[in-house]
Amino acid sequence: MGWLSGKLRLRLAEATRNTPVVEAVHRVTWRKVDARRVSMDKLRHAENLRTRAERIRRHVLERLPDYLEQFVTQATAGGACVHFAPDATAADRIICEIARSRGLRLAVKSKSMTTEEVRLNDALAAADVRVVETDLGEFIVQIDHDRPSHIISPIIHKDRRQIAGAMARELGCAYTEDPEELTSIARRHLRDIFRRCDLGITGVNFAVAETGTLCLLTNEGNGRMTVTRPRVHVALLGIEKIIPRLTDLPVFLKLLARSSTGQAMGAYTTLITGPKRSADRDGPEELHIVLLDNGRSDILAGPVPEVLHCVRCGACLNACPVYRNIGGHAYNSVYPGPIGSLLTPLLWGPSHEELPRVSSLCGACRLACPVKIDIPELLVRLRSLATDRQPRIKRWLLRGWAWGMNRAWRYRLGQRLMRRTLSDDGSGWATRGLGPLRDWTGQRDLPRPGARSFRQLWQEDLGDER
Amino acid sequence: MQVALFITCLTDTFYPRVGEAMVRVLRHFGCQVEFPAGQTCCGQPAFNSGFHREAARLISRMADVFSPYSCVVTPSASCATMVKHHGPPLFPEGDQARPAVCALADKTWEFTTFLRDRLGVDMAAHLRFDEPITFHYPCHAREIYSVEDLQGWLAGANGCDLRVPARPDLCCGFGGVFAVEYPELSDAMLRDKLSELEATGADLVISNEAACTLQMSGGAHRRGLRLRFKHLAECLAESLGLMEPESWAG
Repeated sequence: MGWLSGKLRLRLAEATRNTPVVEAVHRVTWRKVDARRVSMDKLRHAENLRTRAERIRRHVLERLPDYLEQFVTQATAGGACVHFAPDATAADRIICEIARSRGLRLAVKSKSMTTEEVRLNDALAAADVRVVETDLGEFIVQIDHDRPSHIISPIIHKDRRQIAGAMARELGCAYTEDPEELTSIARRHLRDIFRRCDLGITGVNFAVAETGTLCLLTNEGNGRMTVTRPRVHVALLGIEKIIPRLTDLPVFLKLLARSSTGQAMGAYTTLITGPKRSADRDGPEELHIVLLDNGRSDILAGPVPEVLHCVRCGACLNACPVYRNIGGHAYNSVYPGPIGSLLTPLLWGPSHEELPRVSSLCGACRLACPVKIDIPELLVRLRSLATDRQPRIKRWLLRGWAWGMNRAWRYRLGQRLMRRTLSDDGSGWATRGLGPLRDWTGQRDLPRPGARSFRQLWQEDLGDER
Repeated sequence: MQVALFITCLTDTFYPRVGEAMVRVLRHFGCQVEFPAGQTCCGQPAFNSGFHREAARLISRMADVFSPYSCVVTPSASCATMVKHHGPPLFPEGDQARPAVCALADKTWEFTTFLRDRLGVDMAAHLRFDEPITFHYPCHAREIYSVEDLQGWLAGANGCDLRVPARPDLCCGFGGVFAVEYPELSDAMLRDKLSELEATGADLVISNEAACTLQMSGGAHRRGLRLRFKHLAECLAESLGLMEPESWAG
């Protein structure tokens, strides 16, 4: 095992060797990176828009209690019933209780990472409520007893054969790998569920404080079915998703779909203010909004509050060379990728503390982020807060290195030692290093430092030439 | 004009030729080059690893070493970024070491942008290539120069057959301590980078960052690829006839 790394290294190394997944993730992420770039290039003033989006997010989070209060007042006035869940357990309990007290037994769900965060499906299953995912990707994840590996493209890791196999096995349909046929099989299956369901569960993309409006973006129309068909709609809303005014919404609508999929606009943008009114022909009789904190207040008061600016577009995952080479499951978290490496330790604690270190800090995420979160800087900030819990050997090595660099003579001695300990076969390249250098030469050769360092060259010749 | 050379630990140790090229090019354009022998490392590996106390000590030390000079030039954009952008925030207002660290931030230049912005040198006019080239854009140059800058310097060169990679700013996977903490992952990222470079069909890669060069050339050598790597300072020194073209043994 390496000098500088622990168990996580093994898990990630294994993930890089899972060739079918890595290839699928490469294919899809590159396609989305290109689609994003094309659609952003077409947008006039894209940079200004990102700056405005960032300012709005920052502004809201600086005054979050006020905006939350306004949102609750407006949503309640619109006829919604607002609940507050301090943590995941509370959110699950509130939603299960809504189902139990009203005798709701069949729930349809549109895609929501926040419900994944609180493990709502497990809680509802335990409360004897059947939940059916209606986003096609999430539906396949569910019938295949899998987990999403991307916050926007949950089955990015699956190939056509796996999907076809799961559909044939779980739905009893004839085996086919044709995407259109598979989609229409799922659609027929889901239509029947939609006819019978009595509870609709969604997340929320944006919640407007000024009007108490929920905004929901989907591409398959399932979101709209989920909020109109069943008699009760429950929306789980992370408290950070608030924006001040309805007029702020276009800023985010322009950026979100472009960043996610390269579309100019999501196929369905649904705005919901309150339950069905007497004149409405459809819509739920009850609308429940569950405001979820689950550590967000602590994050806001902590060292990296900017994490909460995130609008969950997934652009940073697509842009990230680390994500591209390990896939989402290797993160062991509901939220993978660069933003996940920040959120996961903050939401689920010290057992994930190593994740912020799994980054070359290349900054592709920062350039892709529609709200300009400086992810590399935040990763470094989190690293700096956890150095004392790094393995002792690593602390010693780094501090020892810094001690060495603190005097020029020690530095020169180190240079000479390095040259001495690196042997090459005459080619000028070392293929086996000692100590921590072994973790370099396992994968890469190392040029053996030449007979003279630059400083020797300077001292002996170059300095006097003038 | 007097300039102090901030060689960086990696260039000093692994790429002395790049340092020599810089000295010759700077002298060619009329600079008087000094090399403060007390310099070591700017602290970037410690900083990126989160060891900010250690990083602060090293950068403040460097600020002292370079205090007699009014202009500091370095071959590395990432070390320049460390000094210029990450250094000062490590010292709160009122800290005794802060003024020196801020002064270092203000007077430090990355080599290519120093030539362009301070000396007014049109690099493309002096560069010449006699074989197809491609290039790597280092992620940590973003605060210093853009992909388009680098591409422009090369594309305008005499006799240049520039093969632009599909994604010139793709990370090489180095990432400092990351490269040895997660070597398999770092190598997977490197594989992507090398295949992009290989796909261009050029063997000569212009790479201005010693750390990236260490990673890419180490991976290319392990894989037996024909890729070779060169800093723009070396290309300039050779084009200007200040240095013999490098012989590529083996």
